Amino acid sequence: MCFTHNFWSLTIDGLNNGFLYALIALGYTLVYGVLQLINFAHSEVFMSGGFAGLFLTQWWVGSGTPGGAESIALVVCGTAVGAVTGGTVAFLLERVAYRPLRRRNAPRLAFLITAIGASFFLFSLAGKLFGRDAQGIPTLYGNGKLFSVFGGDVHLYDVIVAGSACAMLLVLDRLVARTKLGQGIRAVAQDAETASLMGVNIDRIISQTFVIGGLLGGAAGFLFGIANNVGYTMGFVPGLKAFTAAVLGGIGNIRGAMLGGIALGLVENWGVTCVRNSWRDVIAFAILVLILMFRPTGLLGERLGRSA
Amino acid sequence: MTVSEAARPGGPTRTRELLQHRELRRLLGWLGGGVLLAVMTGPQGVIGQPTYAISHALRGGHLVTCLVVGVVMWGLSVGWSHGRESVHAGLAEPRAQLRTAWEQPAVRRGFYLVLLALAIFLPRLTGQFWQGVLVEQIGIYALLALGLNIVVGFAGLLDLGYVAFYAIGAYTTAYFTDTLPVHPPFTINPFLVIPFAVLAAMLAGLILGAPTLRLRGDYLAIVTLGFGEIITILAVNLDSITNGSRGAFGIPSFSIRLPSWLGGWHYEWGLSSLPYYYLLLGFTVTILVLFHLLENSRVGRAWVAIREDEVAAQACGIPPVKYKLMAFAIGASTSGFAGVLYASKISFINPSSFTVSASILILVLVIFGGMGSLFGSVVGAAVVQWFFKYVQKNNGAPIPLIHKKLPIDVQDLYMYVGALLILMMIFRPQGIVPSRRRAREISMAEHGIGGADAMAAPVGSPTP
Repeated sequence: MCFTHNFWSLTIDGLNNGFLYALIALGYTLVYGVLQLINFAHSEVFMSGGFAGLFLTQWWVGSGTPGGAESIALVVCGTAVGAVTGGTVAFLLERVAYRPLRRRNAPRLAFLITAIGASFFLFSLAGKLFGRDAQGIPTLYGNGKLFSVFGGDVHLYDVIVAGSACAMLLVLDRLVARTKLGQGIRAVAQDAETASLMGVNIDRIISQTFVIGGLLGGAAGFLFGIANNVGYTMGFVPGLKAFTAAVLGGIGNIRGAMLGGIALGLVENWGVTCVRNSWRDVIAFAILVLILMFRPTGLLGERLGRSA
Repeated sequence: MTVSEAARPGGPTRTRELLQHRELRRLLGWLGGGVLLAVMTGPQGVIGQPTYAISHALRGGHLVTCLVVGVVMWGLSVGWSHGRESVHAGLAEPRAQLRTAWEQPAVRRGFYLVLLALAIFLPRLTGQFWQGVLVEQIGIYALLALGLNIVVGFAGLLDLGYVAFYAIGAYTTAYFTDTLPVHPPFTINPFLVIPFAVLAAMLAGLILGAPTLRLRGDYLAIVTLGFGEIITILAVNLDSITNGSRGAFGIPSFSIRLPSWLGGWHYEWGLSSLPYYYLLLGFTVTILVLFHLLENSRVGRAWVAIREDEVAAQACGIPPVKYKLMAFAIGASTSGFAGVLYASKISFINPSSFTVSASILILVLVIFGGMGSLFGSVVGAAVVQWFFKYVQKNNGAPIPLIHKKLPIDVQDLYMYVGALLILMMIFRPQGIVPSRRRAREISMAEHGIGGADAMAAPVGSPTP
């Protein structure tokens, strides 16, 4: 019974979820790399991207049905607006909530408590300002079947998510590996104090790290919102799973977060062939506890900037 | 300090310029805070009109009031940063006197007796509504906060799924009083459920904590957050065991029946709040005393050592994982204990009472009162819960003195909870009734000495 029923279509859905988890997980892993902080409020960065995309598309589409070039423009602009909003929220979050603590050299417990406080503040504020019922993003394109793989149908949405996620992941990977900014991020992750002695502006690097994570998270928020609904609590469960994905791949490890996200998406979707769909979240959590028990450094090890 | 140092070469004019610049920035910050306050206290949003709430909040008298609040706060903060030294100097003598008085056991005992007397007479002064609040919102949450304080305050760990253990306690009560679809081997009074519930919650805490506490302390936060979510999912989905989202009904109240050879005396706590209040008061005072003893015991000192410097503690032969696990399990069992009281008082339970949000609410009570301060937990529970209940009850009614409505909506409770957490961490991490030791640790950690929490991984653990 397990794994036989709809295997390929579940695999495609799993990849789809996995790419989104990977995008969000990168936000956790990058921030963890430079600050050793689980940024609980990252799930709200994700949510803000969903809301921004929702408002843009609602305003743009109105009551019409877009097609052709307009559809492409809508998806691209929605993702871009989601990303920019996510980046802005992440930037403000670091500025307002975390920087005063960093200045004071506060204990890490204080950071964690602030993070969870910021998460609750932001999602409740969004619920208050934009309404507490979930809303659907208007239809942007005809979500037709493109082709099928071993009987599993691949829809346009799957291609959009996979394509944009792959593009962003590639850009990020090169950015961290090649550019000066990436070098700075790796240096701060390795040893912030030494990095600052070497002339790295830590404040700026941390700020930029938050923005990069926010851009990816916000874009993921919009892409997630196309297929699911946008609402003020939309970030909680994907956020928890993306963190699981980050730990699965090895927290602080960028390629690990990508791999972890995709692996988690797949395992979760295969898992629902064995248990009821309502147990989906339990699978992800069980994976988190199992990794922590047996391989706490994750699949690829914790690596961002660390030697060995 | 850095400002005056930087300004020294330029002479007094540059100092003044720099100061002005700094004050200006601070003013802008407070004005930004005022705008945020206006949005927070503004109207509720409307679906389909994303700008409605913001544009209606930033308008007219409401915005002006909030900006004025911002400016006043700026004035106060400027005054405080200039006058802090003189205020501290002025208060030094009365403070010292107070401290010497406090160090006499007789004064301390008298103070606690007065407080106890107040607590005993308090419900007589209020109506039925507030008596209910005293039990369900304040008493039970004070117990919960005391338990969480062991984890957050004493051990320096973060538990974000604390309510899961509360749920375990409540569902254990439902099970042993035969109000769930599964039937127990024997049915007992809630009083006798207490040991079972405490054991069940402690066991769950040990199972969850054992693998996690070997790792970095912050993994515990996310694992408990997930656990809290899973418990809710289990409670909703295990229809045949927990009765799903409908929950359990008709959980009996506490009762005592002495055997007939002792007179056959019988007492039923029933549905009214007053008997429960005194029961809770008894339990709370007992737990306060127990935890106070624990704080000053070998175990309590081990927790202090781990918080202040885990490596040194380990070098002195204190096994950190064992003591962290102990703190986590004690916190969990207190939560399970509170779950029994809750289930029996309310007489029905369902999964919606045990959400992650409730865990965060309890965390706020601990942080507001003061991490590591037992008395602070009770004060935090009383003040915060009273305030939320007051807002909820008088929502829309004008405040007596200024004859204006309180612009706080009950639906936004968790927004204020989140804001309170951030503000406390930025401005007063030690809480309003700080533990002296914990306050000193935090300020020492800020000067680079020690950790003030147990977030580092123990030496020799799998993660660096």
